Amino acid sequence: MKLALWTYEGPPHIGAMRVVNSMQNAHYVLHAPQGDTYADLLFTMIERQNHRPPVTYTTFQARDLGSDTANLFVESVLDAAERFKPDVMFVGESCTAELIQDQPGSLALGIEGLDVPVVPLEHPAYSRKENYGASEALYAVVRAVLKDDVIPDQRTPSVNLIGPSSLGFRCRDDIKEVMALLQSIGVQTNAVVPLNATLADIKSLPQATANVCLYSEVGRTTCDWLKRQFKQPVIDVVPIGVTATREFVKAVAEAVGVDATAALQNHASRLPWYSRSIDSNYLTGKRVFIFADATHAIAAARVASEELGFEVVGLGTYSREFGREVRAAAESYGIEALITDDYLEVEDAVKSTEPELVLGTQMERHMAKRLGIACCVISAPFHVEDVPARYSPQMGYEGANVIFDSWVHPLMMGLEEHLLGMFTDDFEFSDAAPSHLGSHASYASDSPTGDAITPQQVTPGNIDAVANAAASQTNTAQTDTSQIKTEADGLQGNDSLWTVDAERELKKIPFFVRGKAKRNTERYAGQFGLQTITLETLYDAKAHYSGS
Amino acid sequence: MTMPVASVAKCKTPAAEHKTAEAKHKTIDIVQERGQREVFCGLTGIVWLHRRMQDAFFLVVGSRTCAHLLQSAAGVMIFAEPRFGTAILDDRDLSGSADFNDELERIVNDLVVRRPEIKTLFLVGSCPSEVIKLDLEKAAERLNKIHPLRVLSFSGSGIETTFTQGEDNCLKALIADMVQGSPAGDDDVAFSRPCELLVLGTVADVVEDQFTRLLQAMGINSVAFLPTRSASRLPLIDQNTKVVLVQPFVGESLRELTRHGLQHIQTVFPFGAEGTLRWLKAIADAFDIDSQHFDRVVEAPLSRARTAMKKVAEPLQGRRVSFFPDSQLEIPMARFLYEECGMQPVEIGVPFFDRQCIGAELDLLPDNIRFVEGQHVDEQLARLHQDQPDLTVCGMGLGNPLEAQGLATKWSIELVFSPIHGFEQAADLAALFVKPLKRRQLLKVPA
Repeated sequence: MKLALWTYEGPPHIGAMRVVNSMQNAHYVLHAPQGDTYADLLFTMIERQNHRPPVTYTTFQARDLGSDTANLFVESVLDAAERFKPDVMFVGESCTAELIQDQPGSLALGIEGLDVPVVPLEHPAYSRKENYGASEALYAVVRAVLKDDVIPDQRTPSVNLIGPSSLGFRCRDDIKEVMALLQSIGVQTNAVVPLNATLADIKSLPQATANVCLYSEVGRTTCDWLKRQFKQPVIDVVPIGVTATREFVKAVAEAVGVDATAALQNHASRLPWYSRSIDSNYLTGKRVFIFADATHAIAAARVASEELGFEVVGLGTYSREFGREVRAAAESYGIEALITDDYLEVEDAVKSTEPELVLGTQMERHMAKRLGIACCVISAPFHVEDVPARYSPQMGYEGANVIFDSWVHPLMMGLEEHLLGMFTDDFEFSDAAPSHLGSHASYASDSPTGDAITPQQVTPGNIDAVANAAASQTNTAQTDTSQIKTEADGLQGNDSLWTVDAERELKKIPFFVRGKAKRNTERYAGQFGLQTITLETLYDAKAHYSGS
Repeated sequence: MTMPVASVAKCKTPAAEHKTAEAKHKTIDIVQERGQREVFCGLTGIVWLHRRMQDAFFLVVGSRTCAHLLQSAAGVMIFAEPRFGTAILDDRDLSGSADFNDELERIVNDLVVRRPEIKTLFLVGSCPSEVIKLDLEKAAERLNKIHPLRVLSFSGSGIETTFTQGEDNCLKALIADMVQGSPAGDDDVAFSRPCELLVLGTVADVVEDQFTRLLQAMGINSVAFLPTRSASRLPLIDQNTKVVLVQPFVGESLRELTRHGLQHIQTVFPFGAEGTLRWLKAIADAFDIDSQHFDRVVEAPLSRARTAMKKVAEPLQGRRVSFFPDSQLEIPMARFLYEECGMQPVEIGVPFFDRQCIGAELDLLPDNIRFVEGQHVDEQLARLHQDQPDLTVCGMGLGNPLEAQGLATKWSIELVFSPIHGFEQAADLAALFVKPLKRRQLLKVPA
């Protein structure tokens, strides 16, 4: 048993639904109780899909349990086959149906006269999650369609794009961008699966020279099987960022056997120049914290570090299946990867690394907003605002342009930053005053426990204690309400060390770097065994840490 | 300013309606339908209950699906840390290799440390917890002995409850502690004496304040609302307490209260100017409030509501409306739209009929309506396309697909998320239904 407040991934049947919903004329009969139909609105609301997802739910109730839920399932399959006339019928169960053990797969396969290919899905709902469900559903349908096929004698010089799906981050636009990119080097896209795929597309997969694994979370298992079965090489480079896009072009050209020299000399992204233009000096060393699915986390870290000149201070993923890859990436930035599906753990990591920008999912957007840190969503799960009307891929050269704009925009830039630093006494520059970023929340004014916190619990020393729910800390020394500090100064740490002068000087430091300055000064004091922090200590510490 | 008196007479309140507990309501034909039900489960109520009761925490004992539903169903994630969570069962819990009580105790211990301000903890049963027969009531009893907070349990499972029934079960779980002389003792109750009137069902805070002012002006001073804003400050009730519904989905709680001897004031729901007037009048009559005094109290807000309604509801006149089953608010809304906005209901789908709750509303609806209980969503959609109503009230899963097919829709979930009760909100409620129609007129882009 594990406590979850917000979750990054839904249950496995949601992943399967993403695959079925991606495909054309496929249908999914899901053995599930009333209530599980909530999943429809993920598609119709978040992606604004203009039709219902192709899912029939049996919606059994308690009164059915005593009678015949298996029969209810069979009737639902027959009804759906008749009503929707799909080319392929997926059948499966949600967590509750797994417990009543009707075994929908066997039931559906045993229906006489059911004139549609059936793909049974069995996902362990109590141990696996959404991306696993998506990956397995794709693998199941590909295997069902192709298991008796042999390696074709001749192949067209083309690739398959494996992994884009419904509710995947910017998949709709990424496909378009990657297909255009392939076209530019004379490589055809043989098939894209599962997004918009027909059964014929799946049937044609072995015809391509190679498979591009665009999103490992959904496509890896299928790519590996196609490689074993049909000796199709897998192209692993995810074309996010300018360098990765160039590597992708090279890898495809090599696998398919075309010459991409000309195309490589003429890349079409503005990112390199924008990043080298003098305005971008302000981006140098911006501290960025990244938490996403593995594909986007690894790619974002590279773009942040190599193409924007940020400092990657945190990197992690909720995709445990790809923990190894994310760990390796993190190591290359000299940090330890955070592999977890507990958003509270992620929030603690964000707080302790004090980033200036968070790149993450919907969950990170929430925590960044609470903490007053700039944020951009780069991965599922996301909300409706991350399905923009405009063309906004993440992949390819245009994707790099989009990334430059959308990651840089939330940051405080250039002269604004200088003015805030120069004239800290300007009454309109108060910490609560808005910049172009909007008003700022802060660590102190908006506690991690949200509206539930009482003043007695918020003393400067125990903000983290409240967050970490360290009961022993909350029970000691916090009853003295005279210590309560309500100004939104974004401070945490040991205030008793600070002299009045030093504290006043500290407040002249702009709020967005003040936390770091305070932390460094206290670390310095601790390191040198100082009992008080004076004005001198503040500047000693500043000098000590300069350039580090 | 003599208008209210005449107006009250016009609103044809059947004088006897609320005097007898078992009022006779007209019979209607109901089609029963079985098939796919596009309705949330009872867990969904947690999305508003956890905001209403600020010192309560809702711990669902369930699966990853339950957790995912809670964060997806409302289409919103609130920025503040939620006062609900899911204890997700895993293979160890199912195989029995982990002791259920130990596991739950560990999670509750963590919660209590993390959220020390929580005074009431609801253990909420789900489909999986009910199928594997976890006894949450016993677990709650056990935890009550360990922790200095009140632990209660109720079911929000999809196999037992639809959408708003979760709230019904939650409120029912609170009632035992409200009865005078209950073991919970006087620490837990907000009133030293039993209240005279209990208003049952969630309303917006602002609505509670408005109703409280009106009822007090009428002379009913001891009024309590359930759910309360604080789950640890419950009202006290006894046989002299009268209960009136403010939501149509609290039938089980109502029956529990009548079992304790409370008198049910049967009436319509306080939606719209006339609905609110009838509702207040029924209460006034039950308390023998002088009718002239009543008229004086409601005069100003009633007149405001009618004026505002006249301005807002005009575009709805003569339009046809259909309802998909959702929150049980379908019949009260149909009554409001028919009687006060001049709309013609075509089909009204409801999850289930509870005549004790909606009987008075049915009496006010015309005869030519198709009533459907339960759901077969594909069949209902087929009928909808035949009917082609001007407005369809449905859940969010169906909204965009229907709009794409040229049908104007109103999300039904807004009806449980917005302040829509009472005189001051009458025009706001009408405006909710006007907006999708008005928007279609405004937009000059091709469909």
